[in-house]
Amino acid sequence: MIMADKIILEVARYSPEQDTKPCFATYEVPVHKEWVVLDALNYIKDKVDGSLTYRWSCRMGICGSCGMMVNGEPKLTCATFLSSYAHNGNKIRVEPLRYFPVVRDLVTELSDFLVKLKKVKPWLIRKDTVPLSQGEFLQTPEQLDYYKQFSMCINCTLCYSACPVVGLDPKFVGPAAIALAQRYNLDSRDQGAVERIAVLAHPEGIWGCTFVGECTKVCPKHVDPAGAIQQYKLNAVLDWLTSFLMPRGHNSQDVKP
Amino acid sequence: MARQSDEAFFWMLFSAGGVIAAILIPVHLFLFGLAFPLGWLPAPDYERLMSLVHMPLVRVYLFVFCSLPLFHWAHRFRYTLYDGLKVKHLNEVIFALCYGGAVAGTVLAAYLTWTIA
Amino acid sequence: MRQEIVKAAPAYTEFHPRWYRAPVSVYWWLGQWRYLKFILRELSSLFVASFVVITLLQVRALRNGPEAYSRFQHWLQSPWMIALNLVSFLFVVFHTITWFNLAPRAMPIWVRGKRLPEFLVAAPNYAIWLVASVVIAWFVLR
Repeated sequence: MIMADKIILEVARYSPEQDTKPCFATYEVPVHKEWVVLDALNYIKDKVDGSLTYRWSCRMGICGSCGMMVNGEPKLTCATFLSSYAHNGNKIRVEPLRYFPVVRDLVTELSDFLVKLKKVKPWLIRKDTVPLSQGEFLQTPEQLDYYKQFSMCINCTLCYSACPVVGLDPKFVGPAAIALAQRYNLDSRDQGAVERIAVLAHPEGIWGCTFVGECTKVCPKHVDPAGAIQQYKLNAVLDWLTSFLMPRGHNSQDVKP
Repeated sequence: MARQSDEAFFWMLFSAGGVIAAILIPVHLFLFGLAFPLGWLPAPDYERLMSLVHMPLVRVYLFVFCSLPLFHWAHRFRYTLYDGLKVKHLNEVIFALCYGGAVAGTVLAAYLTWTIA
Repeated sequence: MRQEIVKAAPAYTEFHPRWYRAPVSVYWWLGQWRYLKFILRELSSLFVASFVVITLLQVRALRNGPEAYSRFQHWLQSPWMIALNLVSFLFVVFHTITWFNLAPRAMPIWVRGKRLPEFLVAAPNYAIWLVASVVIAWFVLR
């Protein structure tokens, strides 16, 4: 397929002081073999329209800042090549990540996600404190593998834009937060699974998820948040059963190996 | 200790019903819904089926077959209405209709399989 | 001049940007094929329920005697019922396949420090499905 040497970008523009809703501006951008959508946006900002506003940082797929909707799919713009679109007269439509409030142009308001993330307590929780003199916590490679996949999350929120439940229920805790909670639940050093249950095993937690699976498909780091959520559902069922059958002896289901 | 919601119970029923539906319904549907009516395979006659149904194990099988998949439907359809039609604000009505339907079907299945002999 | 621009613009809270919240349409699931596929998978539960109802009618007909059962069998041969059962069959098999393919994601199985690949976890489900179907068919057709 012959790659065109120019491509048209339709970029969502929204200025809160002037507009009531976003509109699209069209820009023509040169296509280089190694250019990504972020390069195209930087070209527009440098050479065409300096008022274009968007977030980006590492430009190599690890900071999670540059997530945007590209032709209706949530993508990291630093990892989406122009060459995939630059044929057959295709245009590239760039919009801010879906299901988040838009602050301006392509910048979304993420504080809701950060609140939800904090709710699940994504840090190591210890019931007992081990003195430093006893040395560091040791962890075998198997114990690391148990939770490693879920630790790869870069908080890019592409999964939130892919998940229809996030759009339909603003209180849904969401894929990344639950995957990160599970990352700590499965960590052999963590003793805090009990503290996370009330938030997770809740209609606004895992039970809101209907396993659409889109979160996993769009995740750039292959975290599989959908898998994390379904695994936690099974745990929650076991925990519910034990709390039902043994209310006094009930200590929340230990999910570690 | 913070107690979790009872939603786990309904998801458990949904899962169990889903497994039963996945494994057993296709062959039943194929035989009784397509192969026998269309004459692809010889349909068992009344006496043959009644002799099968007389076995207590078969009646228990039929009860489970008719009950659990209904709870699978109840849970899944409830969430489809919430998400597909955005009617979460009607959740008490939807809950009552879905699980009420599943319970009604279960009661009917119990009555029919108990009194069939 | 600046005062006029501010007045002409829509209502605006001073010093706080008005975020735009895009409404989510009731028809969100028609927007993309992958969402439609999801809704179809969920709607398969309707056909599961409808066949359970047919089975309940079948048990009731058996209970009511040979003439009732014969009428039931005739009803199943009507074109509408054949059409319904054909569509139901496709949806129910769709349910089975999606269910078995998704089950391994909920149950990671660790063997000697490594996770079993998903198709190895899904395969026994398919095997059970095949065996159960053969056993049931044999029971009914014998």
